Amino acid sequence: MKKITKKLFQGGLSQLTIPLIAIALLLIFNLIRDPGFFSIGISHNNDGNAVLAGNLISIINGASELAVLAMGMTLVTAACKGQDISVGAAAAIAGSVFVKVLKAGSSISGGTVLLAFLSACVVAMLFGTFNGILVSVFKIQPMIATLILYTCGRSIAYWINGGATPTVSSHIITAIGSFIPGIPIPTPVLIVLFVAILFKLLFHFTSLELFTQSVGINQSAARLNGINPTFIKLLSFIILGVCVAVAGTIGVSRLGLINHETLLLDVEMDTILAVAIGGNSLGGGKFKISGSIIGAYVIQMLTITLYAMKVSSTDVKAYKAIVIVILVVIGSPVVKARLSKLINSLFSKKKVAVKGVQS
Amino acid sequence: MKNMFGKRREPLTDTQLLMTITIGIFAVMYILAMALLGGGFLHTQQIFDMLNDNASLIIVSCGLTIVMIGGGIDISVGAVTSLVVMSCVLYLNNGGNVFVSILLALGIGLAFGLVQGFLISVLEIQPFIVTLAGMFFARGMTTILSVNPQKVDHEAFNRLRDAKVEIPWLGYVAKNGNLVPARLEIGVIVAAVVVIVIFILLKYLKLGRNFYAMGGNQSSALMLGINVKKTRFLSYLISGVLSGISGYVFMMHTGAGNATNAAGMEMNAIASSIIGGTLLTGGVGNVIGTLFGTLTLTTIKKIVVSSGLNDPWWQSITTGGMLCFFILLQSVVLSKRSKKKKS
Repeated sequence: MKKITKKLFQGGLSQLTIPLIAIALLLIFNLIRDPGFFSIGISHNNDGNAVLAGNLISIINGASELAVLAMGMTLVTAACKGQDISVGAAAAIAGSVFVKVLKAGSSISGGTVLLAFLSACVVAMLFGTFNGILVSVFKIQPMIATLILYTCGRSIAYWINGGATPTVSSHIITAIGSFIPGIPIPTPVLIVLFVAILFKLLFHFTSLELFTQSVGINQSAARLNGINPTFIKLLSFIILGVCVAVAGTIGVSRLGLINHETLLLDVEMDTILAVAIGGNSLGGGKFKISGSIIGAYVIQMLTITLYAMKVSSTDVKAYKAIVIVILVVIGSPVVKARLSKLINSLFSKKKVAVKGVQS
Repeated sequence: MKNMFGKRREPLTDTQLLMTITIGIFAVMYILAMALLGGGFLHTQQIFDMLNDNASLIIVSCGLTIVMIGGGIDISVGAVTSLVVMSCVLYLNNGGNVFVSILLALGIGLAFGLVQGFLISVLEIQPFIVTLAGMFFARGMTTILSVNPQKVDHEAFNRLRDAKVEIPWLGYVAKNGNLVPARLEIGVIVAAVVVIVIFILLKYLKLGRNFYAMGGNQSSALMLGINVKKTRFLSYLISGVLSGISGYVFMMHTGAGNATNAAGMEMNAIASSIIGGTLLTGGVGNVIGTLFGTLTLTTIKKIVVSSGLNDPWWQSITTGGMLCFFILLQSVVLSKRSKKKKS
């Protein structure tokens, strides 16, 4: 037990400790407030399928877009020492393209959905490449480079569908957005799982993780060791582009319509927050994708908890801010150092006392 | 090489170069607008209107420029402006006094500056996260105060709001033969004072030079004996106070509190600073450049509107395009210079 605590606290807290503590605190808080919060039941949706329902399910389901975006953002943050603030706008573009292609065909079948998704992917990757070239070739700070797309992205999305907010209704779209018949788990959750496995495989079979970290830690040193920093940075933005397309598709499928003004509004800030709560440094370098995913769930759990406490959707932000500040204060390097010092001194005092008894 | 004043001629610094480019482009753009579009652009009032509308943006951008020179970022400014407007409006409507409302505005700004500065400089938390939380908090508090738009109904304040500086000799003769004097709002004078004070602070005072040193290289600044923690704290404090002032100026311009006030102002302020030649990496920047950055941004929007492109999406696409142009220009110019220096 002592060994575990030592491992946890000595030399700074482990990266995943803070997000896990946050989840634990939120769970305990909810348990005290209302144990009914955790009830998971099986209900029947409009199509008559048996599906899981409950607050926990809606948390895991609702955080899907955020989790997918946070995975891509982690990579960009690690490689480029900065964040992409255009993900919300880019997702609106990807969603618009998705709907545009779906609407172009006469009927919606599995093939057209796949085609629409692939074209959304291509467009999102193109915009990712645009951001990536600005960052990697022209050496512009990521936040500034993506400010361009942040400013005009939703206008481009407006232009794609001519200002309309077309709806798509098809059982395939419903299946992507909510439940596949026969499977009680929400489809977006399965998509997140799939994307996470893809990332895991990518890191397992390629050296991308190592290369990204070395570019983030010291670009010149990485270059001297034969890594091409320009390519790694560009690649991170293209991968984020794919994540953006996936998030946009989930967002559109959930509602069955594209609204370029409100689709994933303000998601960029939440995404960056998820990366930071996950214990990743926003200054680049070492990263853990799993941390960011947990960070996304922390944010969603916080939001749902506040909703459950009857806080109105516009006021949620204020309470969210307080919790975020508490979290980052606990996770800050200064507080961490103080804390580990305190714990060390406690342990060493005990040791001295024990030795005194023995002698 | 000596010039006629017998002083050694020094090459332009990065800051001066970027600022000169911005001022040049602003001048060219405005003259082109005058020549091609004519109309409103020929009157002095057009510039004055731009200043009237953007006084609060200029003030906020000045604060952000200081933070960015110090190598940080503050994205809470727009939300704090909005919170200040809402709380002052509610205070005045409940029978408050104008002088106290000014203190209230300053107090809110100061409080945000103090807390954010403490968290960032003493606890060493990433500035983006802290100010993001500040932004969420201020936006949330604004809607908690009131979801519905509130109009100021206060006699003394209305007098202050309607007070304008009239300059007859810059006016123009309207179609009906009356002389319409050029009008400047009080907010513009406040903004001008802020720009001048910040300019002097950055250029001639020790604290201002410390901001540049800290943003340029934190470790060398520390070795030079600069108290980096205190300097960083002060940069966020100044930004917070300026957001408070900006909120009051915003209220003097609109006279109403609304939860969506100053939406997206932080991004506009960042864009203004960048167009004005401030680098987000720190150490480079100038407040005069920021002033012209704001004006350039506004001129683009005015030109788009007066060219008859009334669709709302044209504005943001052209703004995005211009931003792209400026950013690329800066990047190319700076990389060429650094190559020259090396060779």
